[in-house]
Amino acid sequence: MSPRTNDSANLDLETREKPYLDSNELIINMGPQHPATHGVLRVILKLDGEKVLGTECVIGYLHRGVEKIAENRTYTMFNPYVDRMDYVAAVSNGLGYCEAVEKLMNVEAPARAKYIRVILTELNRIASHQLWLGTHALDIGAMTPLFYTFRDREEILKIFEKYCGARLTTHAFRIGGCQYETYAGFEKDVKNFLSFVAPKIDEYETLLTTNRIWLERTKNVGVISAADAIALGVTGPVLRASGVKWDLRKAQPYAAYSEFDFEIPIGTNGDTYDRYLVRMAEIRQSLRIIEQAVNGIPEGPIMAKVPKVIKPPVGEIYHSIEAPKGELGYFIVSDGSTQPYRLRVRPPSFVNLQALDVMVRGLLVADVVAVIGTLDIVLGEVDR
Amino acid sequence: MAEEVKSPAPPPPPEGEKKPAAEKPAAAAAPVAPAKPAAPAGPVPVPWTSPLVEKYRSQYGSGLDAQTYLGQNYLTVDRSLIPDILRLLRDEEQFDYCVDITAVHYPKREKQFDVLWILYSFPRNERVRVKTQIADGASIPSSVPIWPTANWLEREVYDMFGIKFDGHPDLKRILLPDGWKGHPLRKDYGILQQDQEWVQINLGIESGQ
Repeated sequence: MSPRTNDSANLDLETREKPYLDSNELIINMGPQHPATHGVLRVILKLDGEKVLGTECVIGYLHRGVEKIAENRTYTMFNPYVDRMDYVAAVSNGLGYCEAVEKLMNVEAPARAKYIRVILTELNRIASHQLWLGTHALDIGAMTPLFYTFRDREEILKIFEKYCGARLTTHAFRIGGCQYETYAGFEKDVKNFLSFVAPKIDEYETLLTTNRIWLERTKNVGVISAADAIALGVTGPVLRASGVKWDLRKAQPYAAYSEFDFEIPIGTNGDTYDRYLVRMAEIRQSLRIIEQAVNGIPEGPIMAKVPKVIKPPVGEIYHSIEAPKGELGYFIVSDGSTQPYRLRVRPPSFVNLQALDVMVRGLLVADVVAVIGTLDIVLGEVDR
Repeated sequence: MAEEVKSPAPPPPPEGEKKPAAEKPAAAAAPVAPAKPAAPAGPVPVPWTSPLVEKYRSQYGSGLDAQTYLGQNYLTVDRSLIPDILRLLRDEEQFDYCVDITAVHYPKREKQFDVLWILYSFPRNERVRVKTQIADGASIPSSVPIWPTANWLEREVYDMFGIKFDGHPDLKRILLPDGWKGHPLRKDYGILQQDQEWVQINLGIESGQ
């Protein structure tokens, strides 16, 4: 139950100064092995009965030193590693990395490659949101959505598998474009998926949107104001649910996003329920983008002219994309050799997780589970 | 190594796919190819001029240098000006969102570390990077009072590089265990290196490798 002694000594919750006069004050450990922490996240909770007085996150259990590995691999060799950070949205990670290196080399991917990238990235966004919805609802106690979302996510993974042979850690893109041309029937598969999944999204919503239990567990839970969200650097659906209309696909368009027509859904209250609505609306917007992209794939090459040995000129670059979780950025310093001199990943999950403490203070223990779920963190990305 | 197709020509011609392969034997046959050492093939940083820069340059003079590289603006700032500049950027120039704080290690330099702040402004839709150099063992003022998000980001920089941030509310390791020795993203820290003592005491195994 209680954490190891040396840990509570580090806990910045003024517990050491005060004698335990109030017997209601209690420190308990949640995780790292806990089904509702979505991986190996450990949260030390300071409680007054059921009420949360403060939290401290202990992370790093999945730390693999991705940034150090990058310095010891060539640009090409490092490409598959990025898939292992946010492993439920591997395609987004790959897109950000490839675009960052391309920018550093002053190369632009051909139009056809950009369209393929957009289609796969948006499919991945839907898959990520579906996985989030299933597990988040399961945490709160609704088991049915899990089966529905995993059933439908499977169709996306099938398309990935047909396209590049892998389902999760896809390594779909290369620096300069795409490795693979679309397979025969790719467009048909994607269109079939679009018509298949649209009614399914409505189905999820009939299960949850007006469900009394869902509303009670999510409305006014984990509220974060727009000002707090900006100050804490929170991005992605969590920021948008607080009412900030900001999406990198619109604000600083990359790939081919400037060519498509879509909206940025936003919420008003910044609570768990609004974040749910924002993500559901985002799935629908992604379907819109995919539909436009698949109907307009241009002909042409899928690889830009890049040398076999990737050697960007001396310099540095920061490039970021709108991953399903928020702003995913890569900061690369090149010394002109074949390996990055320094590669920094700006992970959205890591920064968003920092807002947990602000969001759960004053709530009940059961709500901590709901808030961890609504932040949509992936520990592979938090720890890298 | 023969394929030295330098890539400043941005828009690839549509027939791009086959061409490098065709050129390769020709380039290999001509022995002239290796005679280009480290010609700066890429673009070079150019001075960045904007009202923002002019304003602060007149105020701070030579402590501040503004440049643009590949369309991205950055300020190289003297370490002593860091808290002032960061606060001004937030309060007066509306850079309200601190995207990232990170560092780069250059062991051969006298001031070994570059510390960087990547900032973004929602009202201006603009990014800027602020860079400063500090020596090994020197500390730098924390920006947690300016952007609360800096808390974990600075802890990570401390964990990975050993750079101390003065005034940080809770500066301790974040990704590595508390008792770990060494800062892995320094260039002198080998990729297979680890704190053997910590591993043996805490994990009860001979080596983590």
